[in-house]
Amino acid sequence: MVTFVAGLDWNIFFQPAFDGSGTYLRFLLVGFQWTLLLSITAWILAFVVGSIVGVLRTFPGKLLPGIGAVYVEVFRNVPLLVQLFLWYFVLPEIIPGLGTWFKQGLNPLLQQFVAGVLCLGFFTGARVAEQVRSGINSLGRGQRGAGLALGLNLVQVYQLILLPVAYRIIIPPLTSEFLNIIKNSAVASTIGLVELSRQSQQLGEFTAHWYESFIAVTLLYGLINVTVMIVSRFVERVTHLPGYVGGRQ
Amino acid sequence: MEELKAKTFDSSKVCTPTHTAMNTLTMKNYVAAVIGLCLVAPVPRAWTADELTGTLKKIKDAGFISVGHRESSIPFSYYDDKNEVVGYSQELVMMVVDAVKKKLNLPNLAVKLIPVTSQNRIPLIQNGTIDIESGSTTNNVERQQQVSFSDTMFIIGTRLLVKKDSGIKDFPDLKGKNVVVTAGTTSERLIREMNEKNSMGMNIISAKDHGESFLTLQSGRAAAFMLDDALLAGERAKARKPDDWVIVGTPQSKEAYGMMMRKGDDQFKKLADETIAKAETSGEAAKLYQKWFQSPIPPKGLNLDLVLSNDMKELFKNPNDKAFQ
Repeated sequence: MVTFVAGLDWNIFFQPAFDGSGTYLRFLLVGFQWTLLLSITAWILAFVVGSIVGVLRTFPGKLLPGIGAVYVEVFRNVPLLVQLFLWYFVLPEIIPGLGTWFKQGLNPLLQQFVAGVLCLGFFTGARVAEQVRSGINSLGRGQRGAGLALGLNLVQVYQLILLPVAYRIIIPPLTSEFLNIIKNSAVASTIGLVELSRQSQQLGEFTAHWYESFIAVTLLYGLINVTVMIVSRFVERVTHLPGYVGGRQ
Repeated sequence: MEELKAKTFDSSKVCTPTHTAMNTLTMKNYVAAVIGLCLVAPVPRAWTADELTGTLKKIKDAGFISVGHRESSIPFSYYDDKNEVVGYSQELVMMVVDAVKKKLNLPNLAVKLIPVTSQNRIPLIQNGTIDIESGSTTNNVERQQQVSFSDTMFIIGTRLLVKKDSGIKDFPDLKGKNVVVTAGTTSERLIREMNEKNSMGMNIISAKDHGESFLTLQSGRAAAFMLDDALLAGERAKARKPDDWVIVGTPQSKEAYGMMMRKGDDQFKKLADETIAKAETSGEAAKLYQKWFQSPIPPKGLNLDLVLSNDMKELFKNPNDKAFQ
């Protein structure tokens, strides 16, 4: 163990990468950028999809909440890795024209990115939908009824009364989902996207310095996640409604 | 050593600020000795012919040997239709296991088969989870800094698998095309270098494993799949219509496959080397070659039909553990 720890060689990050793109440090940072880009894009999709589905689930009637529930159950219960393979390998095969264009017309990196964004976005969207639904439901029925009684229509009730408070309440769980999407983005490495965990595997593979690679990549994921947490705290503080649930006094 | 320990147990004395220069010296010696011990610990103290060291001692003490194998490196190391590990490398490593049994005089030594991937095989060797890995691992200089390699089992050339009617005959035909490689392979390095150097404008896709690379090729995402020729033949054997695919192109590199062991374990390496060398010079390895590369193999009964290369003939005459890179 001692010899092994003493054997770590951090200079490896300053040696030229196997693909001639620069040093291995740069090589890892390229992965870092893709991880950020993938996570943020997928998060935007997840937030939009999750908000829509979450709101649908709280609508009156049976049909719209039903559709929302089916969506959540399907996307939440199929394993992420399977979903990714469906998006990347299966879907292009079953859509004749578009699928062939996707496979052969697009740059492979773009294909992997698109599949990764769709997969992570729709998967996390199902989870965000549950947060949104619970946020809205936590507000009590009185608010909705009062809004309607004032003559607002349903869209206005959501837009002006329910959602502004519901979103504030669910900032902490949404932060967790964002952190999850960053960590889950590593699944994109399985279809070849050169994101952070893929680059670290490549680094290990070509230099055989696995431990240095794993340690560096852990620190980089940590860096992203800590940043997200700090930003989220900030957002929570700025948007905090005095005296309301969930916020500090 | 004993004296040193006895002295340092009385730490109150050694550590008080009033102690003499002599004590300080002892402390220094102690620290030096501890560091020395830690560095020296894995290395055997005495080199007698019979004393077991390193991996062999570990195997004897534990009562089992852990063999790392691959799950789909056809025909080197993979699961057949009965979910048993089979293949050319697997048969060779079982010969080494037999040699270990004989050497330790443990005919009933338990054998643990542990599936490994190209990502975890080196860490698993290093942390002791597996004692020896036998699959399709290239012996190269970078890896030699982390692990040690046995005598070479197989020599491959890196070539291309393409659709028969694709019109691709050799590497220059790949200009502007999508090419798939398995992440972390030498082929990936070579093709990226070639792309850069000759400005060929290829899009290089690196898939997770050989199966996924072939899927990428079959689904039309890539026009060619670059890999070790023997492994390409193995992937072709898994295709729905193997005849649709051909292996083409000038070999871009040669690679020597060896078994992997922990670094600096000369006793264990010597045993593995002797076993492999004996198999190669006695004609046993040539028979294994015929069995796995020139006859129908599981799971589909397909014949890989790979000619014994001159490099392999030379290797069987003169077994060695030389790396090509």
